[in-house]
Amino acid sequence: MFELRTLGSRLAGAAVVALGVSCLVFALLHLVPGDPVEIMLGEYAGAADRLALRSRLGLDRPLAEQWMRFVVGVLHGDLGSSLVSGRPVAALLGEHVGYTVILALAALMLAALVGLPLGVAAALGAGRMWDAVASILAVLGMSAPSFVLGPLLIIVFAVQLGWFPVGGANEPASLVLPAVTLASGLAAVLTRMTRAAVLEALLLPHVQAARARGLGEWVVVLGHVCRNAALPVVTVLGLQLGALLGGAVVTETVFNWPGLGQLLIESIQRRDYPVVQGAVLLIALTYIVVNGVVDLLYTRIDPRIQSGP
Amino acid sequence: MSANHSTARGIARMSAATIVVAWLLVALSASVWPPAAKVSLPGILAPPAVPLSLGRDDLGRPVLARLAAGARISLLVAFVVVVVTGLLGTVIGLTAGWLGGAVDTLLVGVTDIFLAFPGILLAIALAGVLGPGINNVVTALSVVGWVGFARLARAQTMSIKHRDHVQVARAFGVQPVLIVWRHVLPLIAGPLIVEASFAFAAVIVAEAGLSFLGLGVQPPTPSWGSMIRDGSRYLLVAPHLVVVPGLALASLVVAINLLGDQLRDRWLPRRP
Repeated sequence: MFELRTLGSRLAGAAVVALGVSCLVFALLHLVPGDPVEIMLGEYAGAADRLALRSRLGLDRPLAEQWMRFVVGVLHGDLGSSLVSGRPVAALLGEHVGYTVILALAALMLAALVGLPLGVAAALGAGRMWDAVASILAVLGMSAPSFVLGPLLIIVFAVQLGWFPVGGANEPASLVLPAVTLASGLAAVLTRMTRAAVLEALLLPHVQAARARGLGEWVVVLGHVCRNAALPVVTVLGLQLGALLGGAVVTETVFNWPGLGQLLIESIQRRDYPVVQGAVLLIALTYIVVNGVVDLLYTRIDPRIQSGP
Repeated sequence: MSANHSTARGIARMSAATIVVAWLLVALSASVWPPAAKVSLPGILAPPAVPLSLGRDDLGRPVLARLAAGARISLLVAFVVVVVTGLLGTVIGLTAGWLGGAVDTLLVGVTDIFLAFPGILLAIALAGVLGPGINNVVTALSVVGWVGFARLARAQTMSIKHRDHVQVARAFGVQPVLIVWRHVLPLIAGPLIVEASFAFAAVIVAEAGLSFLGLGVQPPTPSWGSMIRDGSRYLLVAPHLVVVPGLALASLVVAINLLGDQLRDRWLPRRP
């Protein structure tokens, strides 16, 4: 019962936010300083061309009608068509979204594989070597933006050592450097969060009790500490997925990875605004869905949340 | 805490402050350095050399001078954006937290919408639509940046407005604006200043990111982000064009974040 009600209110909340996001994205095109048609076509375009583009974009209609058309279009999966290639925006997005998903998932796994054990090790050896290593890595990971780390990795591992390709997505090895770059920030945050959560869980009474019963250190850590520490870590992981999606835009540009981010930046440079709108909307909506799912997962993992009102 | 540990902390604190002050001095003195825009074709892509040369870029311009000019842009943009978003966010958050009700609901709804754009995405979209240029970068980052301050100010205000001294002031019939100014703002200033220090670092990264994507400061004005972008084309022959501004950016951001950590440890009581 509680679960259904929670589900309902979460869905409603997410729907309201999604509507707001679509309004903001719709407003983007109207923020273009001056006349968007003139900017897209250039100063020397003929009056007929301008008129044609204006009516194709629907800019000659009243604002309310434009907005209604946009929302109805989005609900039907119709995001207009590219001004450059003339192809439907939805098809363009479909071609690129797979690459971004692969990159984000790879980075997520990598960050979890590095961040979780490192955080646990740092907490268990608080104040000692692993702790110092983890905290230095965390500061570096959080402070080195992907457009700094990415080129540095290219210099070392692609140019000097020749282990991986410089960019593109022509072979499986192409995924390695972008994934490492994108994962670095998340791994740093995860390490910090895991360390704090484990330190807190170590003090819980049942952990002390398990120790007092003479259980082995590994049993205590894996069975009693990590399960409790998992809660805050899962929350952070969910919230950070958004940062991952945002970071992918820059990382894809660094490595010429043909995902949504690269499509977005290219479309901005070509002033292909319908594609810009579509890409921004898709990334933001994905983030809303992911956050909603994480929220629900969280209530499932932690029974205490459901017992609330 | 062992003596050894606190010495290490002291060193970290000093070096973080030193790095930030050093970059400030570099930025302030940028105009007395050799001209950053002077094209010198014989020196194209020259590597760094001792003493005091960080090499030259693809037009033979000195990297060191461009780095200094870039530092000025970075710090200037960050300063303006943090001041604007800090003031705006604080006023909005204070108002919503103090008034509550429909105003508060509206604010929470609007912040939720802004926060639904992951990371730098909204700033990219705004800067992309507004067109490149330093003013548009400041606008885009300001439109995105006030949300964090507003949320923090709102939460803090709500926790403080029921405290005794505020209630007493209310009972005495003091004007609400005066109560907020005298009795609420001083208590929430600490967390907001800590937030501002982290926001400062975040804006520096964001500005460099936008410039890296070609959406920020335009040539010939140097920015660390656009220096990295231009340098990426010469990774094979002149890696210093990426390494130098990259390390500069990382050092400044690490130092500011460390200072923020120290501010937080000093001013904000640890959570239980």
